[in-house]
Amino acid sequence: MNEAAQHLSVDSATGIDVTLPLAGIGARSYAFVADWHIRLVLGFAWYGAAALLYNYLRDGTVSVAPPASNNARWFGAVLVPATALYFLYHPVVELLMRGSTPGKRLAGVRIVTRDGAAPGAGALLLRNVFRLVDSLPVAYGLGLVLVGVTREHVRCGDMAAGTVLVYEGSSSGLALTPASTAGALDVATAELVAELLSRWPRLTVAARAGLARALLARCGRAAAELGPLDDAALKQALIEATRVAGAPP
Amino acid sequence: MSTNARQSALAHALLKRATLWQEAEARAQRFRRARSDDAADAARVADDYRVLAHDLARARALLPRSRAREYLESVYAGVHATLNHGDWRLGAELVRLLRVEIPASAAWLRPYIAWAVVLFVLAAAAGFALVDRFPELVALFASPDLIASVESGKLWTEGLLNIVPSSVLSVQILTNNIVVSLVAYCSGFLFGLGTLYILGLNGLMLGAVFAFVARHGLGAALATFVVAHGCVELSVMCLSGAAGAAVGEALVRPGSHGRIAAFRSAALRTGPVLLACAALLVGAGLIEGFVSPDPRIAPVFKVVIGISYWLVMLALLLGWPTRQIRRARRSAS
Repeated sequence: MNEAAQHLSVDSATGIDVTLPLAGIGARSYAFVADWHIRLVLGFAWYGAAALLYNYLRDGTVSVAPPASNNARWFGAVLVPATALYFLYHPVVELLMRGSTPGKRLAGVRIVTRDGAAPGAGALLLRNVFRLVDSLPVAYGLGLVLVGVTREHVRCGDMAAGTVLVYEGSSSGLALTPASTAGALDVATAELVAELLSRWPRLTVAARAGLARALLARCGRAAAELGPLDDAALKQALIEATRVAGAPP
Repeated sequence: MSTNARQSALAHALLKRATLWQEAEARAQRFRRARSDDAADAARVADDYRVLAHDLARARALLPRSRAREYLESVYAGVHATLNHGDWRLGAELVRLLRVEIPASAAWLRPYIAWAVVLFVLAAAAGFALVDRFPELVALFASPDLIASVESGKLWTEGLLNIVPSSVLSVQILTNNIVVSLVAYCSGFLFGLGTLYILGLNGLMLGAVFAFVARHGLGAALATFVVAHGCVELSVMCLSGAAGAAVGEALVRPGSHGRIAAFRSAALRTGPVLLACAALLVGAGLIEGFVSPDPRIAPVFKVVIGISYWLVMLALLLGWPTRQIRRARRSAS
């Protein structure tokens, strides 16, 4: 295995290296902030719901206030689960989701070992133990500095567990369809056209019209010819542009 | 045909294979999520791997900056992971941790454990001797409340359950112990010095408090309180100290592979023992909350519980039960 900057390169039996794009400080921070909000909300939600239920069942009051003295039931049903949700979120969720978390999914990243595999339970738990070091002196200061200065953008926990964060590929990356690829356009333009067509329903009419006109102009259509076309006609013109002349629609 | 036209024709011919790539991705995903065991499908995944490698090599040359190449990279990586690493099952991972990784890690740590025990015992002996000779120095190691309680002829553990319920006490204790254990390990990051400091300080405190309590005739009572949970708790302190020391040594003497590689190797080797320590401390915390302070439980039972739990720890670290299972399976086959 060898590493190039910004990519993790893994040897394969075919002789063609597997290349995984490394996630940087931005994607990591985004994933962490998303996860932090999730565990905070989960922790508070449990506390609020359990405290309300506890107080209501005990003396019929609607309150989230803790009892005046140490109480085992309050501790076991309200405080411990809420704290556990907050502090054990990362190790438990990473184990259950094979090196991912909802925040990492949102940021499009996942944890892998240095040979591209999903990490084992030991590595995932160890990675989380070292959060103690990464969080020093405050607000993940050391972890952030390490992610910024290391070539593979790893924090101390990743160094210890032999893991890295890579971007997760998905089929949404493939904007081209077989029909569009058979056209006479160059590949870059064909990809842009296919992507615009795939996103067509999600864009506003004005935005998609502007993009369609720009792309059709790039395909050699004159501005005057495009002027009177409405929304549906622009979409049809894009589809036509990707087809070989004479091919069936 | 011009070079540009040839390149364009080749690129379009390659892109026409997109459906094959999508099928390969779907097949690999089925295997990765353990949703298929079909042999024919598995053979097709192996074929996909070769086809994707071939197409990816062409895409890298013909379409280096395209989305199609990015997609192909991700599909190829997925199929590679499926073929080379199989599916991922949490249960199997945890069993592997228990059966293989923890015993292997403990075996590798043996010399470090021996040194950690020596350091801890020496520190405890030093603490004991110090406070035995100069009792006023106990103020360095114990709180004023603890000192006042012992001087009045009572252990601070007496009547503990009247103030805090067992469950609350257990959770507080196990949380605190796990954090101390993890900090002792992670302090190895400071070239092992942090670990040595925590190990030494805890040994000193233990010896000092025992000497102080013994001077007031409460030594046996404290030993009775400590024995049920202390056998494992003190062993775990030495284990996490040993693991931290191993990480520290890797940073001090990294060898030929460099400091980061040595740190990674040491952390991966010692990590499983630390996880075992955390699990053992949960049990020790429950014993400390429910058994140790309970005056209704006879001292002899506390001794039995302490020794039994210590043997459980030993079995976990040496892989005894799993070794027996493996041996039985081997003889059966």
